[in-house]
Amino acid sequence: MGAEFVMLSLTPLVIGVLAALACALPGNFLLLRRQALIGDAISHVVLPGIVVAFLLSGRVAAVPMMLGAGGAALVSVALIEVIRRLGRIEPGAAMGVVFTAMFAGGVLLLEQSAASGVHLDVQHALYGNLESLIWLDGDGWGALLDGQALSGLPPELTRMAVVALAVVLFTAVFWRALVIATFDEGFARTLGLPVRALSLALVAVAAMAAVAAFDAVGSIIVIAMFICPPAAARLMTDRMGGQVAWSVGFATLSAILGYVLAGYGPLWLGYESAVSAAGMIATVSGVILALAALAGPRRRGIAPM
Amino acid sequence: MALELVRDKPIDQSPLAIRGLTVSYGEKPAVFSVDVSFRAGQMTAIVGPNGAGKSTLLKAALGILHPLSGQVTAFGAPLDRVRARIAYVPQRASVDWEFPARVIDVVMMGLYRDLGLLGHIRARHRARAMESLARVGMEGFASRQIGQLSGGQQQRVFLARALVQGADLYLLDEPFAGVDAATERAIIGVLKGLRDDGRTVVAVHHDLATVPAYFDRAFLLNITAIAEGPVAEVMTEANLRAAYGGRLGPAQQAV
Repeated sequence: MGAEFVMLSLTPLVIGVLAALACALPGNFLLLRRQALIGDAISHVVLPGIVVAFLLSGRVAAVPMMLGAGGAALVSVALIEVIRRLGRIEPGAAMGVVFTAMFAGGVLLLEQSAASGVHLDVQHALYGNLESLIWLDGDGWGALLDGQALSGLPPELTRMAVVALAVVLFTAVFWRALVIATFDEGFARTLGLPVRALSLALVAVAAMAAVAAFDAVGSIIVIAMFICPPAAARLMTDRMGGQVAWSVGFATLSAILGYVLAGYGPLWLGYESAVSAAGMIATVSGVILALAALAGPRRRGIAPM
Repeated sequence: MALELVRDKPIDQSPLAIRGLTVSYGEKPAVFSVDVSFRAGQMTAIVGPNGAGKSTLLKAALGILHPLSGQVTAFGAPLDRVRARIAYVPQRASVDWEFPARVIDVVMMGLYRDLGLLGHIRARHRARAMESLARVGMEGFASRQIGQLSGGQQQRVFLARALVQGADLYLLDEPFAGVDAATERAIIGVLKGLRDDGRTVVAVHHDLATVPAYFDRAFLLNITAIAEGPVAEVMTEANLRAAYGGRLGPAQQAV
């Protein structure tokens, strides 16, 4: 069991947990700023940028991916502005049109990319490929201490770990400023805090987490993890630190429980094959939110703005 | 030579001096070409009808909104150099009180300039926060969730957050809006205490009837500046008619 677990399940589990964490942390602030859907928006908008980056660079690597995603984000901001001005419609409608169109364009591009031999398809974009991120050199727990075996770890793990670490550092270092600017932006400005730069940085960090997680685990998890763990955590506590701690716990629990249930759940129920881990992780996070909404100690009606 | 002369002009040492301030949300200006210097060590009410640009003036002066034009100095220096001497109390309704924070957490926000990003909260910081809460009569509510407070209590917490900053200039946006009578008395008591300490207080105020009892000076505003000076000199029938037009009720005209 040990060797098989390390080889087949350890890395997908760790990647799943890191991806869930990296999205849930900025998700807490986005939720309180009533920008929760920004994660959803990001994961839709960046798809064509990532595909173009794959096509141009011919490989799945972090730098071209981030560049492509950033470019796509800029294009979408420009498109939203153009449609809003030329069409004289409200920003929400312009965003809706641009987000779906960008995602659909990304899907079409992906199908073209199949011909170029780059490893990426529509299914990958939605569900990721968590189950296939195995560690062939990991022939037992001892491999964790074996430099040669460690070098055989899937690159997605390193990438996700670096991004998760960056997200944790950002949250820890700018914690106090982020909390003040999120609660009371006007007051934060009078303290001399760079409010605009902070909110841009928060969105940039969220985007980085979304793009990194997107490659490993697909956009379904990204969307779920930005919203479900922080929203469930808000119902458990009335303190900001407590909320973030609960959200980290819920994100981790969703990733582990979702992975295990996807792999073994169907077998326990007598079905033949496993189901998508990404889909199950997102489902578990949704169930946790539902339970928190039903029984969380701090569920009051949130007053409309 | 002429340039030299302009630069050598004595700088306005007022705690808050506003020159040619114009702010616009769309095509129509919300505040147009306002010049005003608030007097040090005095309590001044900013008074005017709804939509006169009172809050806008305050926000633009503090750099929360970006004016189309105009200059603001505080204590004779650019605003960013003297931020530590200015405390701002926003309108209570401008934030989401369901935010996961306790009363003490909100008051601690006023210590940001002392603590910085990563500074450790020490016993003396906590003591300062508790002392500020005591000044507004809220020391028993330190660990209460802010969403559980009444409107008046929330307003007092906002005032405590400003007090903990230990500023010389206090700018308040409608501090008496929607608060109970006990809170109104408590707040005016604290503000008068600040004034007696030599601090400067400027508050947006909407109740004309209480201006003479609460404030030393008044600044009458309706998009453009109408008058600034001691309350009795500013709140004349002619000035009020200029500011309010026909919108003044009989009770207010009696002032």
